[in-house]
Amino acid sequence: MSARGQQHLWVAQRVTAMILGVAVVVHLVTILVAVRGGLSAAEIIGRVSGNEAWLMFYAVFALAAGLHGAIGLRGIAAEWLGWRGRRFDLAWLAIGLLTAAFGIRAAAGLYAA
Amino acid sequence: MRIDTRPRSHPTYIAFLVHRISGLLLALFLPLHFWALSRAIQGEAALENFLRWTDNGLVKASETLLVILLAAHLAGGLRVLALEFLGWRSSQKTLVAASAGVSLAAGLLFLLNVG
Amino acid sequence: MQETLKVSVWRGDGEGGAFQDFRVPAQANQTVLDVVTHIQRELDPTLAYRFACRVGMCGSCAMVVNGRARWTCRTHVRKVVQDGRLELRPLANLPVIRDLATDMAPFFDKWARAKGTFQPKDSADGAVPEEFHVVPPSSAKRQAADAGIECIGCGVCYASCDIVAWNGAYLGPAALNRAWTLVNDVRDGARRDRLDAVAGDAGCHACHSTQSCTERCPKGIDPSGAIAGLKRTLFWGMFGLDR
Ligand code: SF4
Ligand code: SF4
Ligand code: FES
Repeated sequence: MSARGQQHLWVAQRVTAMILGVAVVVHLVTILVAVRGGLSAAEIIGRVSGNEAWLMFYAVFALAAGLHGAIGLRGIAAEWLGWRGRRFDLAWLAIGLLTAAFGIRAAAGLYAA
Repeated sequence: MRIDTRPRSHPTYIAFLVHRISGLLLALFLPLHFWALSRAIQGEAALENFLRWTDNGLVKASETLLVILLAAHLAGGLRVLALEFLGWRSSQKTLVAASAGVSLAAGLLFLLNVG
Repeated sequence: MQETLKVSVWRGDGEGGAFQDFRVPAQANQTVLDVVTHIQRELDPTLAYRFACRVGMCGSCAMVVNGRARWTCRTHVRKVVQDGRLELRPLANLPVIRDLATDMAPFFDKWARAKGTFQPKDSADGAVPEEFHVVPPSSAKRQAADAGIECIGCGVCYASCDIVAWNGAYLGPAALNRAWTLVNDVRDGARRDRLDAVAGDAGCHACHSTQSCTERCPKGIDPSGAIAGLKRTLFWGMFGLDR
């Protein structure tokens, strides 16, 4: 990949980081509030089901997390395992998008429940 | 391989290591998390079953660990963003300390809520 | 009775080597370079090491002292000695020529690759460019350049950076710090080329802000902060902004 492309990966990493910075705080607060008195399926479904705002939130969250994680793994694999080059880059991109798709599917499932 | 700790004991290096290790574990956990969720949402009963399974001690302990990892990675990420985008310099040590504080606080809060 | 220092010195070449122990009389106000010089002059003339100015200007005497890279001519033994012991190794992340002398060529090659030379702005008619002499010392850019300009090229930061060890192509803190001083030099005409040269996985975007470079630089320079500046400049440059 060109140096320009590598810079764009860095930018994607930082932009998703900023999104995640907000999303993780929301997620943590939700966990802390939800866990109070024990988690229940009814509570989670009652919150997310049919609610577009939560669906959007989780979709953006999952996309950002999937990409952010894959780009991070790419860097670690390059430095600690020597996995470098175009084929690895494409594989990491695919892993990132696939992970995100799984997350979005889960969010859609809760929305439809 | 023996790692020489003498050149790697400054707070900002430790902040880097914590950020990297927590990020690595979280990135590996993420697909697992999504997979478990999408399996569990085949209806309220399935989700409820899944949640009851997570009530066991080992799962609870690893959940606490995940919350701490997430908080630590978030705090470390804020450090990096502050350095890169805001050009913060001298307050690096304070930043590291604050990062550790935030993650610990989140972990404790989680524990308190579970109890 | 005079105290002695127990000094372990790494002996060898690019192929490998081992530590050799020496006993050196301790003195008041003794630098690590004094110790090495004593060994070479009094105990073993075959010891290879490098120095020139002895006053912290030339950047040639850096070694790894008790695990940390330092300029040895300005490092007092009493500051770094542990239980009367010194352990001396050649700088990390560079090929060893012999004993304590490393080959600095890869280090300076990377300065060149980061376009670390000043390129005067050309005027169409060959005249002196208009802003040539107008660089107020208090301007933000001049101050950013000043912060990194005193680098002596000792390689201490380069030897302390794990990313250099993990990513052989990485330009490293000193070359990038140099590039940042020039990016902030309003008289320089190669800004665009230089920013291209320092982008990507071999450039500033490889840095993980471990700040080992900043922690170790004997001149108190903050290469880590300079690298962050390059990232910032490249980022806003994508939107046509100069920040
Ligand atoms: S801050 Fe960057 S350049 Fe400096 S030691 Fe760490 S990774 Fe290397
Ligand atoms: S930045 Fe500091 S440590 Fe690095 S080469 Fe220059 S003077 Fe030496
Ligand atoms: S001998 Fe010149 S800097 Fe040490």
